[in-house]
Amino acid sequence: MADRIEHSVKPPVIVAEDLNLTFQTSDGPVHALKDVTLTIGKGEFVSFIGPSGCGKTTFLRVIAALEQPTGGTITVNGVSPDAARRARAYGYVFQAAGLYPWRTIAGNVKLPLEIMGFSKAEQDERVRKVLELVDLSGFGKKYPWQLSGGMQQRASIARALAFDADILLMDEPFGALDEIVRDHLNEQLLKLWARTEKTIGFVTHSIPEAVYLSTKIVVMSPRPGRITDVIESPLPRERPLDIRDTPEFLQIAHRVREGLRAGHAYDE
Amino acid sequence: MRRVLPVLVVTAAIVVIWYAASVWMNSTWTLDQAERAGETPTFGQIVADTMAQDRPLLPPPHQVAAELWELTAEKKITSKRSLVYHGWITLQATMLGFAVGAIMGIALAIGIVHSRTMDMSVMPWAIISQTVPIVAIAPMIIVLSNAVGIDGRTVPKTIISAYLSYFPVLVSMVKGLRSPDAMQLDLLRTYSASNAQTFWKLRLPASLPYFFASMKVAVAASLVGAIVGELPTGAIQGLGARMLIGSQFGEPMIMWTALFAAAILAAGLVFLVGLLERLALRLTGQGAP
Repeated sequence: MADRIEHSVKPPVIVAEDLNLTFQTSDGPVHALKDVTLTIGKGEFVSFIGPSGCGKTTFLRVIAALEQPTGGTITVNGVSPDAARRARAYGYVFQAAGLYPWRTIAGNVKLPLEIMGFSKAEQDERVRKVLELVDLSGFGKKYPWQLSGGMQQRASIARALAFDADILLMDEPFGALDEIVRDHLNEQLLKLWARTEKTIGFVTHSIPEAVYLSTKIVVMSPRPGRITDVIESPLPRERPLDIRDTPEFLQIAHRVREGLRAGHAYDE
Repeated sequence: MRRVLPVLVVTAAIVVIWYAASVWMNSTWTLDQAERAGETPTFGQIVADTMAQDRPLLPPPHQVAAELWELTAEKKITSKRSLVYHGWITLQATMLGFAVGAIMGIALAIGIVHSRTMDMSVMPWAIISQTVPIVAIAPMIIVLSNAVGIDGRTVPKTIISAYLSYFPVLVSMVKGLRSPDAMQLDLLRTYSASNAQTFWKLRLPASLPYFFASMKVAVAASLVGAIVGELPTGAIQGLGARMLIGSQFGEPMIMWTALFAAAILAAGLVFLVGLLERLALRLTGQGAP
């Protein structure tokens, strides 16, 4: 239990209060987010899980100032998402790696550094460091098509880490990869998280993935998109892959599944 | 070999059809002559005659090839009959028109992609401009440019050539510059990238394949434009002028050789663009492995 208390006293990084977001569509308003209140502390690994349309991606995009909420407040590092973005508070990893085919791996990782105006020498140094962090040293001169899907996604994580943001926002980053690669990347991501002490927001469809990775699991449900359960994981931060066979793990997975079932309308 | 064979078969088929058509079309003249002389030629005699007329309705391939060879390789290029000389005149206007058209197309595309107002106001006019037949506008451009005191034909030919070539560039480049998907654009937003950075780092490189596809169409269209610019009001220089002279003076050989010279020129230009494309794609790591 001491572990849980330690989590809750960490300084808050992302604070959302009564957040609402309504899209106006030709079929009438769609409540993508309704009264979402959540605090994410520094160094936490928070997973958002729920069926399509539950607002998990929308919430991540609001944090990243890619969407504007229509009600409520949200702060990132104590300021607005817009200001936080300008202060390079977060790196964003999308579902697809989205590497530029005309740039090498190193060139892709360098992209944000060029845009943010780092010096040439610092660009090269940072590229070298983050490629090492994601185990892609020696692949800098390769082009994306020469790498496997998993390696491409690692390169896109390196790109998000290159400018030293404290927060890493990941929108189903491993969703398009097969299970074996996904397991491997999950393990690597945990190691990377332990080494860099980033705050991570992670959107996923997969219950085992959410439970394995997270210190906090946010269960969401659709129509309107809302939070139905927030689970503080009692699992230790050090997690070998076979932790997934322990009773504690299965217990959390069960609670997540229950939360998903409760929030899901079976009328369709 | 497997790829060469179909190409050869198609080429051979075209040549065969051409020869057959030559015999058929030129035989009218042969039979006419024979009738006046009171002779009845055999089929072999007819075929032999249709292969070697002075003014064939449809010259057979070997005649065109021989004439082409004579007018390019054997004539001095200063000669008024040399196709190298006339080709060079047309090529100059083509290249000028191509340059102007390409720059215009790219500039308009950049404007259209970045400004909704330009998209709404320019695009319809660009489309309308292409529905007007070029042969209707060409004489007007020549007359108007003479009226404002522009000597010679280079300027009006360049305008006509650019008029034809800017459009494919415009359409392709708008598509190319818009080809990055929402995710790619979102990624740059997370870096707080400016519009200019988005353009140089994402939109422009992403449009490269579209750019080269449009360049191939545009360079051929430029050549057509230059030739059309030479057709009206009695030009005496350029491949277009040769075609007109050939048809007006009943000299099919002149017409056909000019036609082939134009086709060969166009093929060469498209091939050149293709080379540049391969080079550019290789330099940017996108060449075939």
